[in-house]
Amino acid sequence: MSSSKRSANHMERTVSQSTELLQELVSHLRQNRTQLREEWANRITEAQLLTAMTKEEIFTEATSVYDNYVETLATGTFEALQSYSRNLSERIIPRGVETHEVVGIVLLLRDVLARSLFAKYQGDFTMLNRILDAYEPAANRIANTVAVGFVQERERVIRQQQEAIRELSTPVLQVRERLLILPIIGVIDPHRARQLTEQLLRGIRTNRAKVVVIDITGVAAMDATVANHLVQTVEASRLLGATVIVTGLSPEIAQTIVTIGVDLGKMNTVGDLQGGIEQAERLLGYKVVLVADTVQS
Amino acid sequence: MEVPILKQGRFLIATIQAALSDADLLQLRRALIDKVIHFRSHGVIVDVTALDVMDSFATRTLRDITNVIRLRGADTVIVGIQPEVAFAMVQLGLTMEGVATALDLEEGLAHLQQRAARKT
Repeated sequence: MSSSKRSANHMERTVSQSTELLQELVSHLRQNRTQLREEWANRITEAQLLTAMTKEEIFTEATSVYDNYVETLATGTFEALQSYSRNLSERIIPRGVETHEVVGIVLLLRDVLARSLFAKYQGDFTMLNRILDAYEPAANRIANTVAVGFVQERERVIRQQQEAIRELSTPVLQVRERLLILPIIGVIDPHRARQLTEQLLRGIRTNRAKVVVIDITGVAAMDATVANHLVQTVEASRLLGATVIVTGLSPEIAQTIVTIGVDLGKMNTVGDLQGGIEQAERLLGYKVVLVADTVQS
Repeated sequence: MEVPILKQGRFLIATIQAALSDADLLQLRRALIDKVIHFRSHGVIVDVTALDVMDSFATRTLRDITNVIRLRGADTVIVGIQPEVAFAMVQLGLTMEGVATALDLEEGLAHLQQRAARKT
């Protein structure tokens, strides 16, 4: 018998042995389901994980995780577990469950099951070793799958929220006939700056605006790129025949802009939004008068 | 392609209807100046709504037209620059300083009338 053939034979034997062992393991886990599950749930509470959930909820969740866990060990396929962990993440992320908690409970389950194996095979060290050889890689892969599923779900939620923020945060509003305001809130990155400009220019066209007040009170910081972009937006608006008034420059931003050396000569700036709107109204020929004053005169 | 120049009272309106070659632009410049002198116009509107590209030569020619016509005591307004064109121009540094701009023909006429009223 050649050596390669022997090793192939050997491998076959190990594979079949390890599946056999896994089957034995699975039947052990099925037999002791109630007890192991309970122990696990207790360990979760002890470790103060999943504090956002009630004890009953933890127990129900633990039951289904346990069953899925055993099922995965039995079949050796991870698809079902993947979709289950995605589903689980979807349910528990909105409740404020953290990554360390999810990883923690899966690792706890692994420990609980390993302990039960130690207890069962303590008399037979070779058997214990072989059982652990079969159990550990599968268990680690399960822990991995669940953790990755959770993180992916979180990332998906974050991406979704970012998009929502992006869409919500750039309204172009008309306050008077031919007067638009564009309140900018939050961080401006180049992508958002571009989007802002596009929206503003389109807004000027559709509303036939003559004056635009850009309010940047809600902008915490500004770098050279964004400041330059702001200047470009002002100039592009002028090409469409609209005057731009920038309001709400914080002292920090004002200082940064001067330090960077952006040419603000072409920019029309007013201290706050109220002042900006007042100046815009003057430019448009509006005059706001108190009703009481008109009655008197 | 020649750009039609219409007389509307004291103002002239030139509507560019398709992309112009450099020669066409120069021809437009000459024709506008001649007509301003001939009709003793107070203002000129150049409508560029149909243009989806504005290069440096077109920008410079429009600025030249404005400056020359100003020397005749008349005002020029460029109207109808598309939002995308405006942004592209600014990014290329073609900001047309000193040139009056307006959203569309109506706005341009209003602007010229305002200027004329201020002068008299």
